[in-house]
Amino acid sequence: MHFMLNDEQLMIRDTAARFLAEQSTSAAIRRAMQSETGYDPALWHTLSGEMGWSAIHIPEAYGGLGLGYVELALLMEEMGRHLLCSPFHASVALGANALLVAGSEAQKQHWLPAMASGEITATLALPAKGGLWQADAVTARWQQEGEAYVLDGVLNHVPNGHSAGLIIVAAREAKAGGGTALFLLPANTQGLSRTRQASMDQTRPQAEIRLDKVVLPLSARMTGGHAELATLLDLAAIAIAAEQLGVAQAALDSSVAYSKERQQFGRAIAGYQAIKHRAADMMLKAELARSAVYYAACLAQETLSASQHNTAELAQAASLAKAYASEAAFYNAGCGIQLFGGVGITSEYDIQLYFKRAQSTAAFLGSPAWHRARIAAQLLD
Amino acid sequence: MNMTFSAADEAFRRDAASWLADNLSGEFAILKHRGGPGDEHSLISERRAWEKKLAAAGWNCLGWAAEHGGRDASISQQVIFAEEYARAGGPGRLGHIGEGLAGPTIAAFASPAQQARYLPGIRSTNELWCQGYSEPGAGSDLAAVKTRAVLGDDGQWRISGQKVWTSLAHLADWCFVLARTDPNSHDHKGLGFFLVSMHQAAVTVRPIEQLTGSAEFNEVFFDEALAADLVGQPGEGWKIAMALLGFERGVSTLGQQMQFRSELDEIIRIAKENGAAQDPDIRSRIAEAHMGLSVMRYNALRMLSDNAGADEQKAALVYKLHWSSWHRHLGKLAMDVLGTASELCEAAPYALTRLQALFLFSRADTIYGGSNQIQRNLIAERALGMPKEAKGR
Ligand SMILES: Cc1cc2nc3c(=O)[nH]c(=O)nc-3n(C[C@H](O)[C@H](O)[C@H](O)COP(=O)(O)OP(=O)(O)OC[C@H]3O[C@@H](n4cnc5c(N)ncnc54)[C@H](O)[C@@H]3O)c2cc1C
Repeated sequence: MHFMLNDEQLMIRDTAARFLAEQSTSAAIRRAMQSETGYDPALWHTLSGEMGWSAIHIPEAYGGLGLGYVELALLMEEMGRHLLCSPFHASVALGANALLVAGSEAQKQHWLPAMASGEITATLALPAKGGLWQADAVTARWQQEGEAYVLDGVLNHVPNGHSAGLIIVAAREAKAGGGTALFLLPANTQGLSRTRQASMDQTRPQAEIRLDKVVLPLSARMTGGHAELATLLDLAAIAIAAEQLGVAQAALDSSVAYSKERQQFGRAIAGYQAIKHRAADMMLKAELARSAVYYAACLAQETLSASQHNTAELAQAASLAKAYASEAAFYNAGCGIQLFGGVGITSEYDIQLYFKRAQSTAAFLGSPAWHRARIAAQLLD
Repeated sequence: MNMTFSAADEAFRRDAASWLADNLSGEFAILKHRGGPGDEHSLISERRAWEKKLAAAGWNCLGWAAEHGGRDASISQQVIFAEEYARAGGPGRLGHIGEGLAGPTIAAFASPAQQARYLPGIRSTNELWCQGYSEPGAGSDLAAVKTRAVLGDDGQWRISGQKVWTSLAHLADWCFVLARTDPNSHDHKGLGFFLVSMHQAAVTVRPIEQLTGSAEFNEVFFDEALAADLVGQPGEGWKIAMALLGFERGVSTLGQQMQFRSELDEIIRIAKENGAAQDPDIRSRIAEAHMGLSVMRYNALRMLSDNAGADEQKAALVYKLHWSSWHRHLGKLAMDVLGTASELCEAAPYALTRLQALFLFSRADTIYGGSNQIQRNLIAERALGMPKEAKGR
């Protein structure tokens, strides 16, 4: 039993940390979030192409690096810590995972190499406005008409949806009792229109995507359905939990650093027990989230490398990681604002950006309450 | 990163499980799930016999070096045994203070002659130990101990003073005592670490009744009691006393978690039976309890990984704060699931049910072994580098 990072994993984490400390600065974050794409394409090019991040867990047969989900989680953690604006989660944790879990061999061959190199970014379109990120909440409709599929619907909250090159749409068959299917739609597909939505967390762009009698060839349908979508959402939840862990850690670190500098009543506020104990609770939250996230990442790896997997076990680990990391990120960012005092309320300081990221990712891919309810059902029903 | 146990470890697990199944039976079957927190006073003579049985088969002191009669077991194997022990319903260990605290300290700091004198008695479980640290004036602030040790003309140290909250002192043969060797010293300077026999007229033990109605801890009075040995030098007491607290590394906590799991399972069973499982608030709290226990396990596996590094130290620093708070919440959840049924005892005059004992005794979890407040101070100071607490003296 060796439940700790090995040297190679520590190196990946430290390299990512150094790179992002240089690149994802406060000024860079603000430039990116006000840009049209919502991220810096040159930076994306470097981190996906040169550094190979978007290839991290894609098998070598599809142009990837063939590393594991723990490595992916470590990258996400550092991105959260440095509040990177990028389509990484959308393209890798939603897009690439969708192909890995639900794609046919031909679809994987066709799309994954370009996603691994970062040439094309992908995303997943699932809920309606205000809807839930869960496999049962699919509202878009599909039906087969001869040698084609026709899709209709309005999808919302699509991460990086306004800039993605490939949009994977979850839809339900229009006839009663019809099944869920996933479709691959290049962004220029006829009948597909999209607009960026103004969002409270400006570091995570979201889009509305309209499908108006979109006609697709039979080859656009993925092999997986409802079960694969559920697995995909669990995998994506684990990845976003890793990002939230980074947010929680950064909020703790920056608050503690500030408390050591800021003097009131003739001494650093870090010396007051009310501050120390709050900081200790923040560290407790972050460390428990870390244990939950790393454990879930190990299970995710097993799921992806095995043909058969225990979905109940993955679901439980994903729920645990997502609930703990969501609460850690929000608690720590919220306490962070309090520990900063007045400057915590200004737009100049970064803690408010972490606070917004914590809230927007808490609602994404299942709130803590939703995940608790899912676990309660497993235990009690 | 890998969370699976090796084939050799799995074979060890099967050995442990089958030995426990074969032996926790017959005359020992009544011991299953007994003697845990809140129930320490029960079935003492049967548990003494059980300790001997464990020892004879070589299932105690697993992590000790072979030269001291141990098995040199890896952390993984110690974890496995603790888990299997709890899974089998193994009773609360009477020898744990000797095995987990006194023994490793003696092995690390005592002379070869002292090791030869004390370690075999712990390994055979013929001699039980208790911990004489806390005093009326020295609780969280342990360095305020006042108990004195005086070196007589005969070259012997004699101990005078009062210890309190001393668990299992009424059963113990030996006590390790933190006492002041230099009467003019204060704080952590001028202390010594003494080994004192409990079987002498100069030692008086008075049980203290707890909120559970039972007495697991005691007051211990020393009136010029003879110390059989001083470990290390006068003045090294604090260093040794602190090292002792670090030895256990929480291996037994994995066993403790199995105990927690069985408490939670009982609560879930009751909630399903009495309909509490339909209540949305209870549902959410049960899910939270389950999640808190799972994450406790992952956190413990991180901190117990062989060759744990800096990251894992952090997991260790937060561990006590998490489990103690979690367990206290579980006690309250148990009562709320039971509703009015929680009020009635098992029998007159005051025999508590297992869940009542859990509810009441779990209030101690956030106090002993460094209270939650002290844990937070330690986290803030050691892990986050925040300023130390101001002292009043
Ligand atoms: C069931 C049980 C078994 C025990 N067994 C043993 C044993 O075998 N041997 C032994 O030596 N001791 C034993 N103890 C004693 C235990 O270690 C002490 O109770 C503990 O160290 C707290 O000390 P205290 O009780 O004097 O409380 P105090 O130190 O008086 O604390 C009272 C309150 O003040 C808070 N407080 C104290 N200092 C600070 C601070 N600096 N900042 C913020 N808050 C603070 C505490 O958190 C607590 O809430 C046992 C205790 C219990 C409950």
